[in-house]
Amino acid sequence: MSKPIYFDNHATTPVDPRVLNAMIPYFTENFGNAASRNHAYGWAAEDAVEKGRKQIASLIGATSKEIVFTSGATESNNLAIKGVAEMYAEKGNHIITAATEHKAVLDTCKHLEKKGCRITYLPLQGDGLIDLDMLRDAITDKTILISIMYANNEIGVIQPMAEIGRIAKERGVLLHTDAVQACGEIPVNVIADGIDLLSITGHKLYGPKGVGALYVRRKSPRVQLTAQMDGGGHERGMRSGTLNVPAIVGLGAACELAQQEMAVESVRLRGLRDRLRAKLEANLEEVYINGSMEHRLPNNLNMSFAYVEGESLLMGINDIAVSSGSACTSATLEPSYVLKALGLGDDLAHTSIRFGLGRFNTEAEVDYVAQKMIDVVNKLRELSPLWEMFKDGVDLSKVQWTAH
Amino acid sequence: MAYSDKVVDHYNNPRNVGSMDKARTDVGTGMVGAPECGDVMKLQIQVNTDTGIIEDAKFKTFGCGSAIASSSLATEWLKGKTVDEALDIKNTDIVNELSLPPVKIHCSVLAEDAIKAAINDYRAKQGAPVAAETVAH
Repeated sequence: MSKPIYFDNHATTPVDPRVLNAMIPYFTENFGNAASRNHAYGWAAEDAVEKGRKQIASLIGATSKEIVFTSGATESNNLAIKGVAEMYAEKGNHIITAATEHKAVLDTCKHLEKKGCRITYLPLQGDGLIDLDMLRDAITDKTILISIMYANNEIGVIQPMAEIGRIAKERGVLLHTDAVQACGEIPVNVIADGIDLLSITGHKLYGPKGVGALYVRRKSPRVQLTAQMDGGGHERGMRSGTLNVPAIVGLGAACELAQQEMAVESVRLRGLRDRLRAKLEANLEEVYINGSMEHRLPNNLNMSFAYVEGESLLMGINDIAVSSGSACTSATLEPSYVLKALGLGDDLAHTSIRFGLGRFNTEAEVDYVAQKMIDVVNKLRELSPLWEMFKDGVDLSKVQWTAH
Repeated sequence: MAYSDKVVDHYNNPRNVGSMDKARTDVGTGMVGAPECGDVMKLQIQVNTDTGIIEDAKFKTFGCGSAIASSSLATEWLKGKTVDEALDIKNTDIVNELSLPPVKIHCSVLAEDAIKAAINDYRAKQGAPVAAETVAH
């Protein structure tokens, strides 16, 4: 069997061959430690790291001194949130985040809650956007940090970051954003958006896994963090550990490519995504888009196919790699908390599929996926007692189900 | 997650998909599960009222591949059995036949519940005692 068509680019992306080529010399001939100050091996490694720093900074409108390398966005999120909570503990202990954040943010906040921080988890509106008035009202004198993701990993909804940044500035609160899904897909600018801390990772933008960065603002305000790891004091004391030079070269190259190609690529991806949506909507009844279409990453489509359970759908399209919000695909047997936060019932959450298009997807693949989805949904609806009841005009919300 | 070959076979070629007229007195209908839980099974039997033998069985299932396979298998096993014999089908038989992993055992439980519910419905229509028959399990 040939490999499945890959439509799961929110989970991870393949390394672009151009990125890989840039990395290879730094495993073998240029293997030096970037912290070795006394010889040419160290200098070559340091030059490569500084180039990577510039490339990343350029993608987000920062300066290279504001980039701290990490092992990925989970570490960046931990460092940003815990680092601020510890450093600014005298100023306050209140953090505001949203219910649909990535677990790396939510679980970090839960950890801090146990240590005495107070966390506000903002609910979302039905379209996946946060309510700015609610955000304003949540800020208190004790608020030290707002952490809101730039674009959601499941529904691709983009938050109004510039407005959030303005609110944070007005009240003198730091703003952190997990921007792993947004960086490389849409323009992100830490100055225009008023962002103080930003998490990015390599493997969501065609770079390698195991490398990420945290942008830490140096001017107005100068943000300080308490390091979460003790050691050699690398990265201006914020993150000790020998730098992963080849991976940093890869992350830098990936950022540069994304920046160069974004204008053209985002139009192409949006075209593919809209083509997929149009075909599905034209050929299937009872399909629902989850989250705002207007404020959405160009490569994301999240749809519920009512009356068809998500895992059985995935089984029928096993030559396509996508994700489902169905409980059956998760370890917890709970359907997606992101979809539930939109107010979606468990029944529709169980029927959702996330399509994440990427740089290497083609129109022919979109057409194949659309047709396959249509065939499998139709087949499974023939099997579905809920579909039959719906077609018979039964109001499923009024049925007395037997829980088990 | 990898599925067993038998689950894949039932998923790709589900046996006895369909619906019977649930108003008929020789038809028993069992519907178990809930959309919120991600599984709903409807299982129907058509019984020869003279012999008590299940002559036909149909199902429709909303649920994962294992739920579809469990109910498809159940309809295969029901046909030709008497109603009393059908009550002996245990969820563990389904687990073993389909090699279901632990996280999918609830699918087999649901199938057993659907069988019982269908038989109860049939017996109720026939004026037979219902509750007493099922507590034997």
